[in-house]
Amino acid sequence: MAQTRYIDAIRGALEDEMTADPAVCLLGEDITLGGPFGATTGLVQRFGEWRVRNTPISEATVVGLAIGAATVGLRPVVEVMFLDFITLAMDQLVNHAAKLRYMTAGALEVPLTIRAQFGATGGFGAQHSQSLEAWFAHVPGLRVLAPSTPADAYAGLRAAIRSDDPVLYLEHRGLYWQRGERDDSAADNPWRARVRRSGTDTAILAWSRMVPAALEAAERLATDGLNVEVVDLRSLSPLDLETIVASARRTRRVAVVHEAVTTGGLGAEVAAAISEAAWHELAAPVARIGAPFAPPPAGPELEAAFVPSVERIVAAVRDLVDRGVAASFAPGA
Amino acid sequence: MALPPLPPPRLVRQLRTMLRIRRFEEALIDLAGSHDVGHFHVYVGQEATGVPALDLLEPGDVSYTSHRNHGHLIARGVDPAAMLAEILGRATGTNRGKGGTLHLASATHGFPTTSSSVGGLIPIAVGSAFAFRELGTGRVSAALFGDGALEEGAWHESANIAALRRLPVVFLVENNSLEALGQKANEYPSSTLAAPRLADLARPFGIPVAVVDGTDAGGVHAAMSEAIERARSLEGPSFIEAQTVRWPGSRPLWPQLVTGPTDLAMAWDPSRIGDEHRAWHERQDGVLRFAREILAAGAASTDEMLAFDREARDEMAAAVRFALDSPYPEPEEALRDVFA
Repeated sequence: MAQTRYIDAIRGALEDEMTADPAVCLLGEDITLGGPFGATTGLVQRFGEWRVRNTPISEATVVGLAIGAATVGLRPVVEVMFLDFITLAMDQLVNHAAKLRYMTAGALEVPLTIRAQFGATGGFGAQHSQSLEAWFAHVPGLRVLAPSTPADAYAGLRAAIRSDDPVLYLEHRGLYWQRGERDDSAADNPWRARVRRSGTDTAILAWSRMVPAALEAAERLATDGLNVEVVDLRSLSPLDLETIVASARRTRRVAVVHEAVTTGGLGAEVAAAISEAAWHELAAPVARIGAPFAPPPAGPELEAAFVPSVERIVAAVRDLVDRGVAASFAPGA
Repeated sequence: MALPPLPPPRLVRQLRTMLRIRRFEEALIDLAGSHDVGHFHVYVGQEATGVPALDLLEPGDVSYTSHRNHGHLIARGVDPAAMLAEILGRATGTNRGKGGTLHLASATHGFPTTSSSVGGLIPIAVGSAFAFRELGTGRVSAALFGDGALEEGAWHESANIAALRRLPVVFLVENNSLEALGQKANEYPSSTLAAPRLADLARPFGIPVAVVDGTDAGGVHAAMSEAIERARSLEGPSFIEAQTVRWPGSRPLWPQLVTGPTDLAMAWDPSRIGDEHRAWHERQDGVLRFAREILAAGAASTDEMLAFDREARDEMAAAVRFALDSPYPEPEEALRDVFA
């Protein structure tokens, strides 16, 4: 299988699903131009303007429109240009998409995918760089996927579009140009966590762009003789607690790494779930490594300091092993 | 305007539907006096809008409604017993007790879902219209909402997109706040809009507008016929404002039967009307008006109408018994249908 870029895997998944199912259509701002980074380039030429539809800058109504279209037979994929702008569509996403199946006792399905690009990279600043996944993982009825590789970007998006639930599909801007092999076999279940690197001394749980950072940290720690496991959660809602807890039991030390701010982040939920399930088997409290409690800064130096670095991950794992607690942990930090 | 230009049997059916809606809401208010029903909104006073309007939709057309949905569902044939059971949270309810009064729905009757986040249904209704247009189904989507929804930003976005794409959607605004300006402090506030006329909020988008008396079934029928025709021929959306006076019983935050149980005979016997709510009974109650018009047209006699009314009351009494006798869902039901 040829190497492909993450962003091209996304476009490939859209193309393949649109080919396979005429009910799949795309909605978003400037998507006929390819969107800001080219994820939809060429699709309007191939599928026409009814299926690749530019919308006004009206996030609330576009998400609502996609819900209404999904309830009567379409399978829309909405592009929210920056995840930050999904705040404008919260009523539709949280009060409607996530709840229609439930409120109708299963009579209605909302096969809707929302693609949202995010991440603190490139100096886009506080309104274009946030990691907001914890808000959505807190909403029953909404699935959240955050792929870290081109293979998962492809398989995950195809699975999202085929899902009969609304799915928020989070694509990291910093991964768009990463290359990797695309896996079209469908043998892998993108709704489950995946052990990227097996280990025995500590587990790093991560998703999206923090997975490559965790793998790099694990390689560096290996030179010190530490055998570190890296688990890619992939599905942030529902969480694959079976794989997560099994990894914690195996390694007895866990660090959860995410790009979102630590306070109220999904790392807290994962840490609590592990503590509830395997408290007596842990050698150390679960460490959380995330961004400080601040908006993402724009300048390159500040932005680099904001995002958890490989060095921070390495230091935290060493602390977990050497001292039984991660030095980088501080409430609110 | 008077009656819709329809064959007498169909007009009689519309009257019976209006009476069934009225007796449903009265039975519910009555039930709330003796049981813990929780909060709910009633459709009393708007029957002459919803019944003739929704009678023009065909199977396959969808309609999205709001917290004041009971009348709309009955108008399209949903079983009142299942609705009351839903309102009481019973397993036999339309949504197995998981929707309640605010989210009564029945996809098979053209109500895929009901939204009680004010204005929230408007983008969804536009979305179904978008799908109908894309799929070439010839179907129509109706958005049924109150004047308050026009205060939400979603209205303006939705009007823009519906007009831009000439989507087959009808915006039917039931303005039940005609006397809002006359209300005393601390009464139900509504229609806090800077625009003096609701239709002014549709005109700049090039959406054709009609303003009708919501107690005038013929006027509603004419405006709705034109709007549905425009939608079905893919000429684009329409905006209808149907004006009614808020029923005095809906002025308190919790509905009360302040005008008493409806006395249908007031339609032809003015001596039965007292002074306290004279304006309501003489001019503002659309059901009484429709009954007067039916009588004047000779479509039904007073005896026939009284018989229809008795049937409606009996039906709702049975519906209340059904709902009260129905079991609650098993606790596990609360966990079902979160995900596919």
